[in-house]
Amino acid sequence: MSSQTAVIDTAARASLWLQPHRVVLILIALGLVASAAYFMRWDWLPQYWEMGLVGIWRALWILAVTCALGFMIAVPVGLAQAAGSIWVAAPAKVFCTIIRGTPLLLQLWLLYYGLGSLFPQYPWIRESWMWPYLRQAWPYGVLALTLSFAGYEGEVMRGAFAGVPKGQLEAARAFGMSRWKIFRRIWLPQAFYRALPTLTGETVLQLKSTPLVATISVIDIFAVSSKVRQDTYLTYEPLLLLALIYMAITGILVFAFSRIEARIPVKIG
Amino acid sequence: MHSLEIAVGATIVGLLIGTWGAYGKLYGGPVVRDLFAVYTTVVRAVPELVLILLLYYAGTDLINQVLAAMGYQRVDISGLVAGIAVLGFVQGAYSTEVIRGAILAIPQGQIEAARAFGMSPGLLLRRITLPAMLPFAIPGLANLWLIATKDTALLAVVGFFELTLATRQAAGVTKAYLVFFLAAGVLYLCVTLVSNFLLGRAEKWARRGMPSIKEAR
Repeated sequence: MSSQTAVIDTAARASLWLQPHRVVLILIALGLVASAAYFMRWDWLPQYWEMGLVGIWRALWILAVTCALGFMIAVPVGLAQAAGSIWVAAPAKVFCTIIRGTPLLLQLWLLYYGLGSLFPQYPWIRESWMWPYLRQAWPYGVLALTLSFAGYEGEVMRGAFAGVPKGQLEAARAFGMSRWKIFRRIWLPQAFYRALPTLTGETVLQLKSTPLVATISVIDIFAVSSKVRQDTYLTYEPLLLLALIYMAITGILVFAFSRIEARIPVKIG
Repeated sequence: MHSLEIAVGATIVGLLIGTWGAYGKLYGGPVVRDLFAVYTTVVRAVPELVLILLLYYAGTDLINQVLAAMGYQRVDISGLVAGIAVLGFVQGAYSTEVIRGAILAIPQGQIEAARAFGMSPGLLLRRITLPAMLPFAIPGLANLWLIATKDTALLAVVGFFELTLATRQAAGVTKAYLVFFLAAGVLYLCVTLVSNFLLGRAEKWARRGMPSIKEAR
């Protein structure tokens, strides 16, 4: 019964969505795509195909790692601002302000060129096991993106932690839960649910800042498209394809997050 | 200084596009509405860096081709104008959404009352809609302004001479990377903090006479 109404519902919605002018617009869009495919040069594609896939994979990998690490930093940063004494709250606040107040490109270049030029001066760093990593570009990129995500998300988590109703925490304390258990069972999950819609936006923003690592010679998909442009002297084709790829990734991300959001209880707090 | 010029210019262009776009999305016909939906979705889904590259090359190329077709000589478009146009286009998509939300937050009766008084659409926009939406729009627009100041750094990638690229070159010449980048960071931070203060004042001014958020709860 309910499935039948759902079917009618989707059918009605589809017919509502597919109005005549939309059909025309879609046809025009398809025509544009077809003419782009026909009139522009795409013969470079087979040659760079594998490189592009590696680039996409690397961009996604950077995105996942920096989001995960950044979130792990963001939780204590947000908690310190929401509940900590002034000695922990103030540094966390300063961290967030600095990260959010300066361009990511500048932070990236500061870490890569600034720190990167500082390290070789110390022999003990050059002899340590970290040196092979520190000589490459990607640790700096990952570090800068992680810090940036932590800064933005820390501010979100501050609001989320502060937004959990006091009664919930008091009830947990009345049950005799330890402080760690309250945090793990009550405070963090509820704050996470609250932050989830914002987290979607932050993750998409993070995806959109991954191409910056190409400026410090990490070969992600953006760098691949730059290489294609240099090799073939084509301006638009690689960039258009790149924009399409990013749009596809954004769409997938938003869809995945909306699925996760649909799983959590709606009524909280 | 170029950075600030671009940020101000881009924000103004963005606001114009945003107001126009919000009106188009709210009151436009179905085709206009869909076109604006495509514009905001695409611009917000593609990284700014890619958009800047695409628009920077495509925009200058397009203008030159149009000029050539009309029989004029090719012009060199200054980086300043191109930067403002490109960032303004990007900002326009974001501010469209902000302003649309703000207009929707205005009590509908105010707009209806103005219509009942026989105000022309232009007068309605100037006297009622824009002032009434301001308190709802300022927090979002403040964010956009801060993003605009930071997005100017991206123009360094297309070779426009602004603060970040100037810093990098100065640092490259003197080999004092850390000092120069930290100084530039402090400059950006100053701009952010000063504008935070000013925008907070502006928001208070725009909200005058309205119940404070705490009481409204």
